[in-house]
Amino acid sequence: MLLLPGAPGLAQVAPYSVTGDAIEAPLEDLAGDAARGAAVTRNRETANCLICHAIPDTREPFMGDIGPPLAGVGSRLTEGQIRLRLVDPTRLNPDAVMPPYHRVAGLTRVDERFRGQPVLTAQEIEDVVAFLATLKDRKE
Amino acid sequence: MLAGLGLAALAVAAEVRPPQDYLSPTLRAQQDDPSRHPGWLWVDEGEALWRRGDPSCQSCHGDIAGMAGVAARYPVVAQDGALLNLEGRIERCRMRHQGQPAIGYESEALLSLTTAVASRSRGLPMSVAVDGPAAAFLEQGRTLYETRQGQLNLACGQCHDDNAGRRLRGDVISNGLGTGFPAYRLEWNGVGSLHRRLRACQLGVRATQFELGAPEYTALELFLAHRARGLPVEAPGLRR
Ligand code: HEC
Ligand code: HEC
Ligand code: HEC
Repeated sequence: MLLLPGAPGLAQVAPYSVTGDAIEAPLEDLAGDAARGAAVTRNRETANCLICHAIPDTREPFMGDIGPPLAGVGSRLTEGQIRLRLVDPTRLNPDAVMPPYHRVAGLTRVDERFRGQPVLTAQEIEDVVAFLATLKDRKE
Repeated sequence: MLAGLGLAALAVAAEVRPPQDYLSPTLRAQQDDPSRHPGWLWVDEGEALWRRGDPSCQSCHGDIAGMAGVAARYPVVAQDGALLNLEGRIERCRMRHQGQPAIGYESEALLSLTTAVASRSRGLPMSVAVDGPAAAFLEQGRTLYETRQGQLNLACGQCHDDNAGRRLRGDVISNGLGTGFPAYRLEWNGVGSLHRRLRACQLGVRATQFELGAPEYTALELFLAHRARGLPVEAPGLRR
């Protein structure tokens, strides 16, 4: 069964264009806020990033190790590269485990409470991008 | 575009290990020791129910010891073509042979009877029939297992094959087998069925859940049982 997103859902996903392995322009030209992004990243109800990733914060209990540790990600990747990996990692690797955080098309059997909505809004994506960009390697 | 069908990685999946291999040493020891395993209370209750009723389960089947090996063969296709798991078989005996109304999936009575019957196969190797009329159910289950689903767009195998042994929050991901069910889960504070556990995994990826006892879950259960072939029945399992 394939659920096609309805028009309202599509309206909730910002248009973007991919250059190489990045989305260079901020979604909807929004400015990200790193402090808000840190809160989104830690939120165990919505984004739930820490179920799979560790961030450099020893006070966070029970962080997962399905994905790579996010320490230093702001040095490894540009903001544009981070943005694409959050929006829809299957554009880089069709077998990606990392969920698509700003996509509604082509998903199967989505719980009706979430149908037609991306996990994170364009603003939340930009906030998380801003936060991850601050996670630099120590030596810098 | 159909996302994620036919995950090539599944074809080369590493070996499938029994769930007990992924338990913490403490839980593992507790699972092996009936005196420290609350799931055995459900076994006791189920054995009491086995002897009750008119006619009782016992009056047709004799001592429950005779149920050894049954759980290792389930789910099976019944004569009328329906795929039945142990819960489904017991409900049928209730309705057809005892003339009682259905007890209901996830009721304490059905969980107790199922746990008591399943416990008689503890340690025996899983061996379900997947040929003949079961073949189509197996494929249905396999498709469900391999298809990405939910808002988080994950297939079962992306966690239970590709990431087994890794940590998802506080959990160590196992190979996602049903051999420990019904299981006592500390989070549930009681015994629950495999279908209840499957609902939790679907909720986790924000997918539409099937009903307890749904034919989709029973087909998935057959696929999981076949994945577990040769591995021991662990029911009643003990889980965090
Ligand atoms: C279900 C597991 C899972 C969740 C949840 C998850 N990720 Fe990931 N993430 C991965 C995996 C696995 C990778 C490696 C690429 C792949 O296989 O998808 C990855 C890759 C990444 C990368 C690229 C890192 C690099 O060094 O290349 C970033 C950045 C990232 N994730 C951030 C996040 C953020 C932020 C969230 C929450 C909004 C999140 N992830 C949620 C599993 C997850
Ligand atoms: C009046 C007789 C009768 C009663 C009472 C009865 N059963 Fe059965 N049971 C059968 C028969 C006959 C079968 C074989 C399949 C069929 O025809 O339904 C069976 C099959 C089973 C099986 C599957 C065995 C196998 O090898 O596949 C289980 C498990 C079972 N019964 C459990 C129970 C339980 C638990 C109760 C009580 C709640 C019960 N039965 C009550 C007659 C009975
Ligand atoms: C995002 C990761 C994830 C996905 C996707 C997922 N599960 Fe799970 N599953 C878990 C975790 C974590 C547990 C608890 C730890 C364990 O026992 O593996 C679990 C437990 C289970 C168990 C209980 C194992 C036991 O012995 O207690 C079964 C069975 C299972 N999953 C099957 C499935 C099936 C079938 C699917 C697809 C419909 C699925 N899972 C999808 C993460 C996942």
